[in-house]
Amino acid sequence: MFDLQSQDYVRRSASTMTPPMARSHEEQVAKLIDVSRCIGCKACQAACMEWNDLRPEIGHFEGSYQNPDDLGPSVWTLMKFAEYENEQGNLEWLIRKDGCMHCEDPGCLKACPSPGAIVQYANGIVDFISDKCIGCGYCVKGCPFDIPRISKQDHKSYKCTLCSDRVSVGLEPACVKACPTGAIMFGSKADMKQWAGERIEDLKSRGFENAGLYDPAAVGGTHVMYVLHHADKPSLYSGLPDKPEISPVVRGWKGIIKPLALIGIALAALGGFFHWITEGPNEVTDEDEAEGERVLRESETEKTP
Amino acid sequence: MTNTWQDIKNANVVIVMGGNAAEAHPCGFKWVIEAKIENGAKLVVVDPRFTRTASVADYYAPIRPGTDIAFLSGVMHYLLEKDAIQHEYVRAYTNASLIVKDGFGFQDGLFSGYNEETHAYDKSSWDYELDEQGFAMSDDTWQNPRCVINLLKQHVSRYTPEMVSRICGTPQDKFLHVCELIASTAAPDKAMTSLFALGWTQHSVGAQNIRSMAMVQLLLGNIGVAGGGMNALRGHSNIQGLTDVGLLSNQMPGYMNLPLDKEIDLDTYMKTKLFKPLRPGQTSYWQNYRKFFVSFQKSMFGDAATQDNNWAFDWLPKLDVPLYDIIRAFEMMNNGQMTGYICQGFNPLQAFPDRGKIRRGLSKLKFLVTMDPLDTETSRFWQDFGPQNPAKSAEIQTEVFQLPVTCFAEENGSLVNSARWLQWHWKAAEGPGVARSDIWIMSGIFHRLRELYRKEGGAFPDPLLNVTWKYTDPVSPDPEELAKEMNGRALADLVDPATNTVATKAGTLLDGFAQLRDDGTTASGCWIFAGCFTEKGNQMARRDATDPREQGIAPNWAWAWPANRRILYNRASADPDGKPWNPAKPVITWNGTRWVGIDVPDYGPTVKPSDGVGPFIMNAEGMGRLFARDLMAEGPFPEHYEPLESPVENVLHPKVQNNPAARVFADDRAAFGSPDKFPYVATTYRLTEHFHYWTKHALINAILQPEEFIEIGEVLAKEKGIEQGGWVKVSSKRGEVVCKAYVTKRIKPMMVDGKPTHVIGCPIHWGFTGQARKGYGANTLTPSVGDANTQTPEFKAFLVNVEKTHAPVAA
Amino acid sequence: MALTRREFIKFTGLGLAASGLGVLGFGASGEAQAAAVRPFKLTHATETRNTCTYCSVACGILIYSMGDRAKNARSNIIHIEGDPDHPVNRGTLCPKGSALLDIVHAPTRLKAPRYRKPGGTEFEEVSWDFALDRIARLMKDDRDKHFIAKNAAGTTVNRWTSVGMLAASASSSETSYLTWKVVRSLGMVVFDNQARV
Repeated sequence: MFDLQSQDYVRRSASTMTPPMARSHEEQVAKLIDVSRCIGCKACQAACMEWNDLRPEIGHFEGSYQNPDDLGPSVWTLMKFAEYENEQGNLEWLIRKDGCMHCEDPGCLKACPSPGAIVQYANGIVDFISDKCIGCGYCVKGCPFDIPRISKQDHKSYKCTLCSDRVSVGLEPACVKACPTGAIMFGSKADMKQWAGERIEDLKSRGFENAGLYDPAAVGGTHVMYVLHHADKPSLYSGLPDKPEISPVVRGWKGIIKPLALIGIALAALGGFFHWITEGPNEVTDEDEAEGERVLRESETEKTP
Repeated sequence: MTNTWQDIKNANVVIVMGGNAAEAHPCGFKWVIEAKIENGAKLVVVDPRFTRTASVADYYAPIRPGTDIAFLSGVMHYLLEKDAIQHEYVRAYTNASLIVKDGFGFQDGLFSGYNEETHAYDKSSWDYELDEQGFAMSDDTWQNPRCVINLLKQHVSRYTPEMVSRICGTPQDKFLHVCELIASTAAPDKAMTSLFALGWTQHSVGAQNIRSMAMVQLLLGNIGVAGGGMNALRGHSNIQGLTDVGLLSNQMPGYMNLPLDKEIDLDTYMKTKLFKPLRPGQTSYWQNYRKFFVSFQKSMFGDAATQDNNWAFDWLPKLDVPLYDIIRAFEMMNNGQMTGYICQGFNPLQAFPDRGKIRRGLSKLKFLVTMDPLDTETSRFWQDFGPQNPAKSAEIQTEVFQLPVTCFAEENGSLVNSARWLQWHWKAAEGPGVARSDIWIMSGIFHRLRELYRKEGGAFPDPLLNVTWKYTDPVSPDPEELAKEMNGRALADLVDPATNTVATKAGTLLDGFAQLRDDGTTASGCWIFAGCFTEKGNQMARRDATDPREQGIAPNWAWAWPANRRILYNRASADPDGKPWNPAKPVITWNGTRWVGIDVPDYGPTVKPSDGVGPFIMNAEGMGRLFARDLMAEGPFPEHYEPLESPVENVLHPKVQNNPAARVFADDRAAFGSPDKFPYVATTYRLTEHFHYWTKHALINAILQPEEFIEIGEVLAKEKGIEQGGWVKVSSKRGEVVCKAYVTKRIKPMMVDGKPTHVIGCPIHWGFTGQARKGYGANTLTPSVGDANTQTPEFKAFLVNVEKTHAPVAA
Repeated sequence: MALTRREFIKFTGLGLAASGLGVLGFGASGEAQAAAVRPFKLTHATETRNTCTYCSVACGILIYSMGDRAKNARSNIIHIEGDPDHPVNRGTLCPKGSALLDIVHAPTRLKAPRYRKPGGTEFEEVSWDFALDRIARLMKDDRDKHFIAKNAAGTTVNRWTSVGMLAASASSSETSYLTWKVVRSLGMVVFDNQARV
C-alpha cells in the first residue's frame, strides 16, 4: 500500500487499515458555487476540458444550452439550465454547474469494492485512482448526486478530481480560476462558508428570502457547496437533490466490505467478477446489484465459521 | 468605452440595453457583478430576450427589436417631466442653454431641410443662433423657447409611457420602473453606466440609438464620472485599434477623414477642419487638425511630402461617395464593378447581410485573396457543401488564393481593447507549416507591386514608389519599428518658443501629440497613439497593475490613448469649481493651482475652473451635445423610425415609416419582405460559447454549442406545432435556414400597438467549415441595409417566417 | 516502486485574499503528494504573456509551451490560462478564452498557400512565390486598367475602386498600420474592417 506513504488519505475504499494520523494540520478545502452570480457561460466546462485533456464527442442541439447533454467519462462538469417562473410570474433562469460534490462522507467511496480505487485526501477531495478502478459501476449507484460515469473505452469510472493536480501545487482548480464572474470560489471550507454567509445576506436584501447554503448534512457536508437563491427548493436547479442520501444498500455494504477486505482472499475472486460485469452494461442494473450483493453475502458466509 | 472595464464597479446602476454583456464579454462583466456585490448596484436589462445578462439582473424589461429610441426618448420625457436631471451639470456642461436657429424644425417625422429625391437633409438649419463674433447664443435661464433644452422637451413630449408601451411592447409598469431606477442616478454622487454593443449599432438607426442614451447620460450628469459613461463594448480584440488606425473606407489614422472630391486641394480640405470655437475661450482641440495631418503625411511619405507639394495631399485617394462600406462593396461586386477582393482575417460570406448576395458577388470576381489562420467559408464559397452552400464550381470563374496566416500566439504586437488600452503581446511559438504573418504577406505584395511599377510603369505609381519603408527588415518589418512609426518622432530639432531652446532633438521619439507641428518637422503615423512608444521604451508593454484607491484606473498598466487617459471627459467628474461631484470617488480635482487625481486630466492641466473652459474639449462649444448640430444623417435629435422590415406601421408618423436618410440600393429594397408573408420579428446575436465563425474550428467550443438553432417562444411554437429541439425552417425574403428549435420561456410575445408580436432569435455562429455541425449561418436571412451614418447592417430587426420541418437533406 | 519527489513551480503573487492557497491542499504534508495525483503538467513549461485574440475585453493570458526555446527544439503550446496580474480579467477567462488551445491547434489551421483555378473544384497547394507573384500581377493589371486619376470635373482623385480589401480585426495595430500604408498608396478606397459586423 505504497500510496498511503503520502499520509494524505483519510478514507480509502474497501480498506480497513487506519489512515496515518500523525499529521493534523491539513486544512479542509471547499469550492463554493454561487449560482446567483453565475451567468452560465461554461468557462468552467471549457477550462475543465482544457486542463484535464478531456474532449467528449461533438453532440447535437437538444433543446437547451446544456451541452454535452450529460456528464460523462470526459465531461466532469456541466452547466444545467432551468427556466423557472416564480410565484410572481417572473422568469428566473436558474443555472447550475453540476459535478462531483466531494462529499465529506462519500457514497461512492463507501460503495467501491476495490481497495484504494476511491480515496479521500485529508483536505476533503475525493479522488478516483484509475489503476485500481475495476469499472464495476458501484460508485455510480453509491453517489447521491448521480455523478460518476464509466468509460466505454477503458471501463473505468471518472469524475471531477477537484483538480487535485493543481491543488497539490497550491493552485485553485481550473474551473475556479476561469470563472469570469467569480461565481466559483475556492479556499478553506471555513472561509467559503463565511463568504457564503455574506452572499446570502446580500441576496436576502435583494428579495430572495430563502437564499441559503447547500452543504447537505446527510453526506456529512460537501466540499463543493452552492449558494442558492431558493435554498428551500434545491430541486428547482435542474434536480439538485432536496435531500441527498446515500442509498441504504450502500450504507449496508459498509459493514460487509470492511471484513471482506481484511481477508483479502475473496478479493481476487471479486475483482474477477467485477471485471466481468464491466464488459457488460456500463450502468449498474438492479440485476447486477443483486448479483453483487449475492457475491458479497457469499464471501461473508465463507469467512463465517 | 469612455471609462475602463474595472470602473464599472463604481456604478450605482448598470443598464445593459443594446447588448448582452454577460454573454459577449463575460470577463468584463465581472465588474458588473463586482458593482452589485461591492457597491450595492442595481443591474437593469432591457432586451427582447431574457438573456444570460438578464439571468443575474435585478430588473428585466422586454422590448421589441428596433424600438430603443422610442424607449429612451420616453426615458428622457420622464426625466424632464419629473425634473430628475442633474441641473448644475446640465447647465454648465451641456448645450442645453444654447439657442437654436429659427429655421430648425420638426414635423410629421421629418426635420427641416429634407430632400425627398436624394433621401438626404440640407442640414444648414440644424445649428445654433450665432452672435456677431460667431459664438453660439445662450440663455442660461432657459426662458427662450429656442433653447436646446426646451426644444428637446418638446421633441420628446410625444413619448409618453403609453406611447412607449404601444411602440416597444414593454408593459408600462416595467417601463416606469426602469425609468425610476435610471432617474435615481441624477443625484450628483450617483452614477449609471451604459453598457451596449451591436444590439444598438446594428440597426438602420444605430447611431441614434446610442445618441439617445448619451443624451440620457448627459441629463443625469453621468459622463466623465467614475462608474458612469457610455461604454461601447467592442467586438474583436483589435477592432478598436483598426478603427483608431483608420482602416475604414473614409478614414485616416487618428479619426482624420480621407478627402472628398469636393475638397480639391489641401486648403479647401482644411477649411472644413478649422474647428473654430463656438463659445469664447473653448479648447476645441481639433483646431490642431493640421498638425496631425501634416505629421501623418510625413510619416507616410517622408521626405517626399513637402510644403511645395502640399504635403503630398494629392497622393491620398479622394472619395466621390461618403463611404465605400461593405454593403456598397457587395452591391458593386454584384453589378460587375469589382475585379478583386482581399479578405484579411475576415469571413464575409458568413458575416455580411444576405448571404446569397454575398455568394453571387464573390462569384463575379476575377480573383479573391483570403489571409487567415483558418479554413474560412469565404475561401470556399465556390465549393459545393450541400444545402448550406450550394455552389456550381465549374461555373464560377473566380481565382482564389487561400493564404495561411499566423495567429495571436505566434507574433508580437499591440492590440487596443475596448477601453482604449494599447497592450503589447509576445510570441509563444512558430505558426504551423509555412504560415506567415500578415506583415510578411502585405510586405510581399507591396514589394512585388512596387517592383512591377518600377519595371513596367503604369497608372500613377507615385504614392506607391514614395511611401516610406525604412525598416531594418523590409521583408518583414519588426512590429516595434512600426509602433515607433505610429508614435512619431521629431524630424528636426524642435525649439520650445517659450525658452528658445531645443526641447526635442531630431530623431527623438515623441512623448505626446502636443509636440506635433504642421511645418513638416514632426512625423506621427497615428497622432492619438503618440506617447505609446517613447524614448523611455514601449509603454504598451508596461505591467504595473497598481490601482490607486482600487478605483479601477490602473494608470501604469499598458498605455491608453489619448495621452494615457483612462476616463474620457474626466473634467466633468468635478463641478464647475473643480470639486468632485462624488467625493467618495474623485477622478480629478482642482487643487488651487492644477488638476490632480488618479487619472490624466482630459483638460489643460493648469486651466483654472474660473476660466469657464468646457469639459468636452473636442467639441467646438466645449459642451456635451443634447442637440447634435449637423453631425448626424437623420437629425439633431433622435426620432423613432421603424426598421426597414417591420411588422407594424410607425404610429408616430405613418408617412415616414423608416429612417428617411437610409441608403437603400434598389435590389436590396426589392429583397425586403412584408409582414403578411414574414410575420415574425427576427434578431441575430452571439452566444457566449462561440466567437463569430472562428470557434466552431475549436473542438472545445464545438462541443459546448455544437449545432445551429433558433430561439422561439412557447406560444408561437405551440401555434406552429414546433417541438422542443425539433427541426424548423426559418425564411426571409432572402433565403432560408433549416435548423433546430429551442422552445423557451425566455422569449414572450409582446403587445405592440394592440397586436401580439413574436420575436425569433437567431444565433449566428455556424457555417460549413470547422468542427461544429454544419449550418447555414443566420446571415442567410438578414437584409442588406445599414445605419444611415455608418452603414452598419440592420441585423437586429428584420422579418421572417418559421415552420416545422425535417432535417436538411445532405447533398 | 518508489515514490519520486517532484518539483513544483512556485507561484507567487496570485493575489488571492484570505487563506493563501499554499496552506491548503497538500502543502502541509510536505513535498510528497498523494501518489495517485496526476503530475502537474506545467512544471517545465515556458510561460509567455499574451492577450486573448477574441473580444475587446483583451484578457491577459499566459501561454505555456513545451521546450525552453533552445535552438534544436520546436516549441509547442500545451496550455493557456488567464494572467492573474491583468487588471481586467485577473486570471479569469470565458469559455472561448479557456479553449484558446483548441484554436491554436485547430485541425483546420492552414499550413500552406492554396490556389483554386477558375472553374476548379479543389484547392491545390502552391508556393508563396507563385501566390504572391500572381496576386501582384492581377492587382497591377486591374489597377492600370481601372485607376481613376481625375474625376469628370478634372479634380485629381487618384482612387482605385475595382479591387477592395477587408482588414483583420484581430491583427495587431502594427499590422493594421502597415496594411493602411500599402492599401492607400495604391489608391484603394473599398476598404473596411469588422467594426460593424
